[in-house]
Amino acid sequence: MAELAAVVGIGQTKYKTKHGRVSIAGLVREAAQKALEDADLTWQDIDAVILGKAPDMFEGVVMPELYLSDALGANGKPMLRVHTAGSVGGSTAIVAASYVQSGIYRRVLTVAFEKQSESNAMWALSNPQPFSPHLNAGAGGYFAPIIREYIRRSKAPADAGIKVATKDRLHALRNPLAHLHLPDITMEQVAASPMLWDPIRFLEACPSSDGACAMVIAHEDLVAQSPKPPAWIRGTAMRSEPTMYAGREEVNPQAGKDCAADVYRQAGVTNPRKDIDTAEVYVPFSWYEPMWLENLGFADEGEGWKLTMDGVTSLDEGGDTPWNCSGGVLSSNPIGASGMIRFAEAALQVRNDAGEHQVEGARLALGHAYGGGAQFYAMWVVGADKA
Amino acid sequence: MRDVAVVSWAQSPTVRDAGARNEVELIMPVVQQALADAGLSSVQEVDFTCSGSCDYLQGAPFAFVAGVDALGAVPPIKESHVEMDAAWALFEAWLKIQMGHAESALLYGFGKSSPGELPHVLSLQLDPYYLTPLWPDSISLAGLQARAMLDAGLITEAQMAEVVARSRRNAKGNANAQLSGDVSVEELLAEPMYLPPLRKHDCCPVSDGASAMVICTVEKARSLGRPYAVIKGIDHRIETANLGARDLTRSVSTELAAAGAGVGRGKVDVAELYAPFSHQEIILSRALGLGADTVVNPSGGVLAGNVMMASGLDRIGEVATRIIRGEAGRGVAHATSGACLQQNMVVVLESE
Repeated sequence: MAELAAVVGIGQTKYKTKHGRVSIAGLVREAAQKALEDADLTWQDIDAVILGKAPDMFEGVVMPELYLSDALGANGKPMLRVHTAGSVGGSTAIVAASYVQSGIYRRVLTVAFEKQSESNAMWALSNPQPFSPHLNAGAGGYFAPIIREYIRRSKAPADAGIKVATKDRLHALRNPLAHLHLPDITMEQVAASPMLWDPIRFLEACPSSDGACAMVIAHEDLVAQSPKPPAWIRGTAMRSEPTMYAGREEVNPQAGKDCAADVYRQAGVTNPRKDIDTAEVYVPFSWYEPMWLENLGFADEGEGWKLTMDGVTSLDEGGDTPWNCSGGVLSSNPIGASGMIRFAEAALQVRNDAGEHQVEGARLALGHAYGGGAQFYAMWVVGADKA
Repeated sequence: MRDVAVVSWAQSPTVRDAGARNEVELIMPVVQQALADAGLSSVQEVDFTCSGSCDYLQGAPFAFVAGVDALGAVPPIKESHVEMDAAWALFEAWLKIQMGHAESALLYGFGKSSPGELPHVLSLQLDPYYLTPLWPDSISLAGLQARAMLDAGLITEAQMAEVVARSRRNAKGNANAQLSGDVSVEELLAEPMYLPPLRKHDCCPVSDGASAMVICTVEKARSLGRPYAVIKGIDHRIETANLGARDLTRSVSTELAAAGAGVGRGKVDVAELYAPFSHQEIILSRALGLGADTVVNPSGGVLAGNVMMASGLDRIGEVATRIIRGEAGRGVAHATSGACLQQNMVVVLESE
């Protein structure tokens, strides 16, 4: 049976367009060093290093774990590199947890990063593939038609996306590490920003960021060696389905529903809206908040936008289920790290260590990541309590 | 640590150029074969699926996404991917089985290296600021390592040729091999230098292909009613990327992984080593403490065919197959990644 494990250290870099003063190695090392300091540990206390990032073409380095073994103190230790598209940061944390939950390793370091300024993600995502139509659309172009279908089905008001974009940027003002700090943000400003892929406006899309996130995950027996409260890993789940198949439900994908049901079962969550105090959910384009509210069971199908519009997901409006208090992917998006940031921010909340964006009294939190054509999912539930 | 059974392994022929066949077409036959050989009808019957691939081989991002399309993942499956050799996909699945989250797993690896110039593609594995701009290719770096061995008197060119002659000879019995035949050490030494001190035959060929495997708990293997080999130990270690900071004449990470996997706890009947260059087989044999009583690379090893991202999994499959056939009681499989054996995995397999 699985051993009990917890997050005992978290480190993040500042997220910004370009970390011009550090190499890729310097970037990941900063996050890792901060996580170790947060856990009051040293490099010698780590048994294995698990690295995640999105496609190697984003920086042009093939299998960068090889080059980064020195910077991450992995020499002489096991090192593994996960890549599951946009969900990779979450998947990486789950694989790292399994090192400890298997009972084989005692304490591991996991790191995810992207240094988008060293290449061009739009190019890397739009490389022509043999035997496939060349879309050259990037992620926004891919998801826009799916969002339009959501709006058609749910009859959501046109400004639901604008509301999410504004809310998450207001959250980001509470998080000093967030990439976008837009102190004067208003719904009017978002509405007036240029339309990129109808209905996604410029300010309804995520930025392109450099950054790294790291966590130390420890076995139950070693948790007390770190000074801060642990975030107990109460459940982990991953699901995948093909990009396209006849009858695929793209607005409310089955893989996401199955993944959520699996992680909730492990964590004893029966009513996510009630049981989960706060969630960090992968929302790269504004409309994905109401869509994921439904997919993750926080709202009935077709009703997710009502929670958004009622301020249920807003920290500033005192909502009972704040989502993305860190500012979310809409405020910081180092792609390969974005999933791990969700997982780490969920852990920060239940450790009561999220500073200005802390949800008061948070005991149970969801971290969520998705990738590809919304076909890859990784989720975990972390808690202030062991069970 | 619980025992994990290797139940089936399927490998495509290793070929220089798979032509117009895409990844899905490479993967599907081996996945179907591995499932069928385990007595399973579809991916829905395993608890977890994990694969290994590298985007840069075919020159397009998200190589593994096409792989998922080959599986039949409807309804959705529990699935993950490493941008590493599929031997590490096996490790991820092995952890899932250890923690009780899965009883069985499907693994696969695939590589289509033919569209690019592999030795130069691998230059992009190096330090991107100080080394990659100089474009040192993987063969030149291996040549530095061989030169260090020769200069230190740790190997001779004849010993390197012996490794190649044995590989070609053994590969005659391997229907999936790309290179095989009878060739003498003298004939090999008469060949011209390629990148000195390496001759062309000292280097593994560039190959296209795929392979797949099913592993499960011993209890599940028994219920499947198929013969199996048991993973008794597994460990993987990395060392510095800075070649100047390493003693290239030995493989410290292999030595550590061998100790972790418990190689020395018994006699090793057979070993399959992922040695892309002839001299590296000698380094690895020494790091693993193998003696004259161990049959090394009976398949011909990767000098007879090297499908990047699958060759490590293939080594495990080759050893498991020999144990299942009763040709060996205990064996060691090895996988590697990076320049000059930077990262290594060691797996100890035994009969039931």
